[in-house]
Amino acid sequence: MSTPIIDARGLRKTYSVRGRGKDAPRTVEAVKGVDITVAAGEIVGFLGPNGAGKTTTLRMLTTLLDPSGGTATVNGHDLAKDPVGVRRSIGYVAQMGTTDPSAVAGEELVDQARLYGIDRGVAAERGKALLSGLDLDGIWERKCGTLSGGQRRRLDIAMGLIHEPTIVFLDEPSTGLDPQSRANLWEHIRRVRDDFDTTVFITTHYMDEADALSDRLLVIDHGEIVGAGTSDELKRSVGGDQVLLTASSADAAAALAAAATEVLGDVPHEIDGDVVRLTVPDGASALPTLLREMGSGHDVAGVEVRRPTLDDVFLTMTGRSLRDEEA
Amino acid sequence: MTIARDTWIVFSRAMRLSLRQPVWVVFGLLQPILYLALFGPLLETIADTRAFGEDVDAWQIFVPGLLVQLGLFGASFVGFGLIAEWRAGVIERMRVTPASRASLLLGRVLRDVIVLLVQGTMLVLVALLFGLRAPWWAMVAGVATVALLGACFASLSYGVALTLKSEDSFAPLLNGVALPLLLLSGILLPMSLAPQWLETLSNLNPLKHVVDGVRAMFRGDLTDPVALWGVGITVALVAFGLAIGTRVFRRESA
Repeated sequence: MSTPIIDARGLRKTYSVRGRGKDAPRTVEAVKGVDITVAAGEIVGFLGPNGAGKTTTLRMLTTLLDPSGGTATVNGHDLAKDPVGVRRSIGYVAQMGTTDPSAVAGEELVDQARLYGIDRGVAAERGKALLSGLDLDGIWERKCGTLSGGQRRRLDIAMGLIHEPTIVFLDEPSTGLDPQSRANLWEHIRRVRDDFDTTVFITTHYMDEADALSDRLLVIDHGEIVGAGTSDELKRSVGGDQVLLTASSADAAAALAAAATEVLGDVPHEIDGDVVRLTVPDGASALPTLLREMGSGHDVAGVEVRRPTLDDVFLTMTGRSLRDEEA
Repeated sequence: MTIARDTWIVFSRAMRLSLRQPVWVVFGLLQPILYLALFGPLLETIADTRAFGEDVDAWQIFVPGLLVQLGLFGASFVGFGLIAEWRAGVIERMRVTPASRASLLLGRVLRDVIVLLVQGTMLVLVALLFGLRAPWWAMVAGVATVALLGACFASLSYGVALTLKSEDSFAPLLNGVALPLLLLSGILLPMSLAPQWLETLSNLNPLKHVVDGVRAMFRGDLTDPVALWGVGITVALVAFGLAIGTRVFRRESA
């Protein structure tokens, strides 16, 4: 990897929480010293449940929060010594949005660009091109509050890109969007990277989003990075595919499990009701062998090969499911 | 200078949004005019009892009070708009730009000052129709006081709003502070009518001295120490308000 565009070492944030009732005042370590390295032009997914420290980390990297410890450079600018240099290099699209509902979309874009010292005419030209690229033609004169959720979110992205930043930080970009708008948004985010070589750092607590969008993933939980790698690497680290055999009854499941492990060797397996779950390195090639060798003596009601999802990865790394956090 | 430039950008955006909702400017103006029309005539009668002192016209007492009230109340509520902007993500978005963080405050305060200048001028013009007589320079000074108090209280309002970030905690605090400030400033009736303890209490309120100062000027007395004292306190209030506001805007996680 050449010089990283984001290089954070031991980045830490602690808050002091005022005591209330019988709770004593205490300090909470929201981010416990994370190392983050991002190469130019990458799309990096920052994945973790709500409250894991994603947004706190992002707010430190975007100069909105002072780190309690550690160092970081963003596009070569030191976070502590040159925050304005960092701000010039980045775009930030916060979870809460960027635009005033009563403001006109085009004017918000132009004003935003002017805060970066960009000339009004250049800003208007660039803004219109950006909107067109995001399938937002014709909203220039519209009030932001009249746009649909998906349009408003794409306008947020345009706001974050109007000054042509080297890096854009997107915080939970697709939260609250319908499936079609999400897929559409992902396509646009990918195109931003492909067309402008913009580095994209995206936080999400959606597995499918991280899986579909990112070149590389960082998994954070309880303020610590618990895993890093491509989606495939992370899935492989879980230990392989699962082959699920459904027996004709719960009683027959034990015999089926014994027969299967005889064929495949001593692979990890568990029995759950009438289902036998076998973990194998490569499910697709194990299955034909299994069915052939076990012969017809066993009544198999169903078979399924399940490839690990990022949800499984998260479960393995943290001991809990991402979905638990959504309740 | 970049801070001036950034302030101008923030101001012109805020002003454009305000002009698109002129109904608020009109409502802000309506309140003092209602006071003029529905309360002023009562004062004219009281003034005949000489409660205000010798040779004093009721409007010379009343209009300075209304101007100070406009400066206080017209500006104190601007924080609500800021909380809405914060919730929409506008503040956060601007804080990640290289723009000076003080300019994010100053641009908005400047917009409020301009709105108050218009409202203050309208108030004085309407008061003239009701029968106000005062030197022209005093009326200019009165409107300038509205604008300066507006800068102070708008800045404080923004600072507090950005700290609390919740209308539900901002509203009670605002009422809890602004109403006593108003009542203890002798805006409606001069504090010389008050019992001793009340007068002592009101002397601790800087707004009382501002009101007294503008009243002295409306009587035509520029060299009266009360007038100078009022001007001094107004300037000190502006410095205080802007210092607090910029401090909050510069602070991390504001």
